[in-house]
Amino acid sequence: MPQQELDKAVSGEYALGFEIDIEQDTVPPGLDENTIKFISAKKDEPEWMLELRLKAFEKWKKMVEPTWGHLEYEPIDYQSISYFSAPKQAPDSLDEVDPKILEAYKKLGIPLEEQKQLQGIAVDAVIDSVSVKTTYSEELEKHGVIFCSISDAIRDYPELVKKYMYSVVPVTDNFFAALNSAVFTDGTFVYIPKGVRCPMELSTYFRINALNTGQFERTIVVADEGSYVSYNEGCSAPTRDENQLHAAVVELIALKDAEIKYSTIQNWYPGDENGKGGIYNFVTKRGICEENAKISWTQVETGSAITWKYPSCILKGDNSVGEFYSVAVTTLAQQADTGTKMIHIGKNTKSTIISKGISAMKGQNTYRGLVKMGAGATGARNYSECDSLLIGDRCGAHTFPYLESKDSVGQVEHEATTSKISDEQLFYLRQRGINEEDAVSMIVHGFCKDVFKMLPMEYAVEAKALLNLTLEGSVG
Amino acid sequence: MSNMMEIKDLQAKIGDKKILNGLNLTLEKGKVHAIMGPNGAGKSTLSKAIVGHYDIEVLGGEILYKGVNIIEKEPEERALDGIFLSFQHPVEVAGVNNAYFLRTAVNAKRRHEGKDELNAAEFLREMKKQVETLGMKPDMISRSLNEGFSGGEKKRNEILQMQMLSPDMIVLDEIDSGLDIDALRAVSEGINSMKDGERSFLVITHYSRILDYIKPDYIHVLKDGKIVHTGGPELVAQLEEEGYESLGEA
Repeated sequence: MPQQELDKAVSGEYALGFEIDIEQDTVPPGLDENTIKFISAKKDEPEWMLELRLKAFEKWKKMVEPTWGHLEYEPIDYQSISYFSAPKQAPDSLDEVDPKILEAYKKLGIPLEEQKQLQGIAVDAVIDSVSVKTTYSEELEKHGVIFCSISDAIRDYPELVKKYMYSVVPVTDNFFAALNSAVFTDGTFVYIPKGVRCPMELSTYFRINALNTGQFERTIVVADEGSYVSYNEGCSAPTRDENQLHAAVVELIALKDAEIKYSTIQNWYPGDENGKGGIYNFVTKRGICEENAKISWTQVETGSAITWKYPSCILKGDNSVGEFYSVAVTTLAQQADTGTKMIHIGKNTKSTIISKGISAMKGQNTYRGLVKMGAGATGARNYSECDSLLIGDRCGAHTFPYLESKDSVGQVEHEATTSKISDEQLFYLRQRGINEEDAVSMIVHGFCKDVFKMLPMEYAVEAKALLNLTLEGSVG
Repeated sequence: MSNMMEIKDLQAKIGDKKILNGLNLTLEKGKVHAIMGPNGAGKSTLSKAIVGHYDIEVLGGEILYKGVNIIEKEPEERALDGIFLSFQHPVEVAGVNNAYFLRTAVNAKRRHEGKDELNAAEFLREMKKQVETLGMKPDMISRSLNEGFSGGEKKRNEILQMQMLSPDMIVLDEIDSGLDIDALRAVSEGINSMKDGERSFLVITHYSRILDYIKPDYIHVLKDGKIVHTGGPELVAQLEEEGYESLGEA
């Protein structure tokens, strides 16, 4: 097929690029101790939190930005970013949420008003640096489930926060995690008590709105012994020519016999065809599994100009299970370097990695994964499958699988394929009367099937629609 | 109008190689036309030209389908207008459910014809019936399109699609290749069940075997990119005995 037609078919318009016209409190760009004190004061934080932030900042200043990613971008000027922006008059009740924000969230498919709230899904809505509304909190409280913004958790549940924050992703884990530790603003805190199966899906929707502002959320999910929770996050941002930084940290703690299912649909603004604009998405996500626990990461990454992200599992407890299912799409001039780390420490630990990379136009897609078998990980097993699909001939796919095994314990299987959407496949479908756009979408969906089936149903529908939008464009 | 398709002075190349050199062929409504000819004569190129395959560059001539020249039409437009090709080597598409694919195709055609789309239940009922008639395994319905199908299963799946799409002009490119005798019979029966006095068939084959099952009305001999001889079914026996060399320019 001619390149031009193919490009038309895969350069979908970004549908969520609108701006919310609200008054915001935004600090001037720049980062020093005063910025951090300002953030901490804005959030009415206890002294201990500010101290931790300042320590993190000291450490960050001595760290160097990593360059090992298969990514190309202009250096980020950390002094040109604004580190705090919030809609004016942070609301205490829904009555005070700016109607424009409610309208915007409705547009994103997430009604926040009491009567219209999504059935069976509790939502934490975050704009730039603050959580504006958390739904179903009271309902969840009846089950002992804590579902609130991290800012509230620091004030209301300091012992839990002190115990778990930085416990999986230490401050100095990496450059971006250290930056986040110093300047993080809002995110979600979840605690599921012993033996409780969380009665609804929990989700957070992150929206970047203010200009020149970075978003640095921090999320902690703790599943106490024998509990279960399914948590989902979504995100989007306005269409802008400037790049914006999103550097989040997520820590998951699955105690004995607990299970956490964490799903992400990442749809940050991807920038344009020439690489102008778009979100720089540098994210650290990691979970720890105690005995018999299970953590499952599922991600559908369609947005961002740059994605640098490796949701990982530390399989500390015997018989614990880690899973990573990923679909990453890079079209336009997007670049993604994403994958996972599975660290096997306990006996008979099991991990599964299924990664599907789709590249179109000038998109560059890299899978980077590490499977590490510790000395005590006898009987451990890993299965990895990394498939790449190329659409057109200007894009690229790269795979960097790493394996570290002490004393050759454990069993590791790795399969990788790279294929092109073949002209033969497209033609076959078109000969049956299916138009080109639907044919491309059908082939791509077939390719992603193994990952989509891991998403909760509502999100699978959303992910499929998003994939269509990203790849189909406005042809016809 | 008694002609389904008229091909006039068709000239086409693949890459730098000119394959069709002024091919003329008229396909009558309701008739079965067989094309035979030696390797490299241009048989597959002809079938590809009819469906608008991307390999083919048409240099001249016309293909009139129901009186309209379709040379400039997109492959999907030709398909929606009722032209069906049974591929010689059906391609595999991983992860795409066979029933989902076929329902999408059937509904695209129904929409094109101004008919209501079939819902999943209606469609599956119809598909199951055809799958049974064709002697296909029931799991063919839910498996990925052609993925891991044997040669015979792929060909049966082509026939299944043909039946569900009910096209007006059916091109069968070596539908008989690689089939054992049972599969050949099932496929032939499938084709014969589509004969209704209106549809036209263009059967491209190397071997006379399938023509014992699908009784052709006309035999055309294709050689060096042209139809060099046209005759009735009796021509098959002559070709079997004497080969293509015996037939000169028509």
